Amino acid sequence: MATEMDHQIVRDLKAAGIDYVTSVPCKQLAGVLEVLDDEASILHMPSNKEDEGMGLCAGAYMGGMRPCIVMQNTALGVVVNTLATLIQFYQIPLPMLISYRGEVGEPVACQVEMALHTKAILNQLHIPTYHFHKPEDAAELPGILEYAQMASKPVAILCDASFWRASA
Amino acid sequence: MIRNDVFQTLKPIIREHLVVCNIGAPSQELHAMDDQPSNFYMLGTMGLASSIGLGLAAAQDKPVIAIDGDGSVLTNMGTLATIGNNAQGNFTLLIIDNGSYGSTGDQPTYAGMKTDLAAVARACGAENVQTVSAQDTAAAVKAAIASDEMTIIVSKCESGNVKVPVIKTNPIVIRERFMEEVRR
Ligand SMILES: [Mg+2]
Repeated sequence: MATEMDHQIVRDLKAAGIDYVTSVPCKQLAGVLEVLDDEASILHMPSNKEDEGMGLCAGAYMGGMRPCIVMQNTALGVVVNTLATLIQFYQIPLPMLISYRGEVGEPVACQVEMALHTKAILNQLHIPTYHFHKPEDAAELPGILEYAQMASKPVAILCDASFWRASA
Repeated sequence: MIRNDVFQTLKPIIREHLVVCNIGAPSQELHAMDDQPSNFYMLGTMGLASSIGLGLAAAQDKPVIAIDGDGSVLTNMGTLATIGNNAQGNFTLLIIDNGSYGSTGDQPTYAGMKTDLAAVARACGAENVQTVSAQDTAAAVKAAIASDEMTIIVSKCESGNVKVPVIKTNPIVIRERFMEEVRR
């Protein structure tokens, strides 16, 4: 069941001109994905793996659309090469809406392992990174989306368990 | 016929169209043979030519030809399911299947052994999949571009590369001039 926050996030994507979204699901992102599927002005084309998704986004961007990828933080372990040699090398603006698994409130111990590497990977890649911990942090989303286009860079928006729980 | 011979026959057919070309030897050979602003060369990232091509085809109406390889499709095999479930009539995926990793020293791929990429594509939901000989590839690509049905062509050719220089064009230049062709 989608929350008001899920609706707000998709409204912000739409207002920022995002019209193409690819995704690999996460429990924390289920509401956002549900709203996306009902949003006629955004083409939602799920991918099987996040590097594949970034390829789709690069193509959609060159075709004149404004893409966004919705993914889990564990996938940062998958996409390092694609971020460096496709998205950054060709300067493609790409907001990454990322569920930040493995933080406080996480029930699955294994998720902690990639949470420990999440910000380190993003820092190593010099990717502008924003961390939504409280519902009010989401007020920054429109500015972040505009910033990604301005800078022609990938940007990461990490949304942790506390954020999703307090937004429910 | 090796990949470069197939490219020679394709040259007049694809030069006016948007082409997304696979990393390594394929991009280098296409670039050396007939560099066009309507060619998007992948300078890095193995396996994503078909994904970029699909995203591009979904975003606009001009015909798009993604030139991929058997090894690259194997490395991103999920792409065939995404393509099969999101058919774009303006999209042609040409898989140059030489049964080897051509850019890295012609090591054999599973596509040259028991794996049939055309059968995989069909099983993934793609409705118009053809396996053609190297000689028949150009005619198949021409027909695919003319049709408004998405087509996947597996072109069976021999393993081998020609000696051509690496691409030194700046990636932003490659992208900008390509996007200008998209907008034209
Ligand atoms: Mg090959």
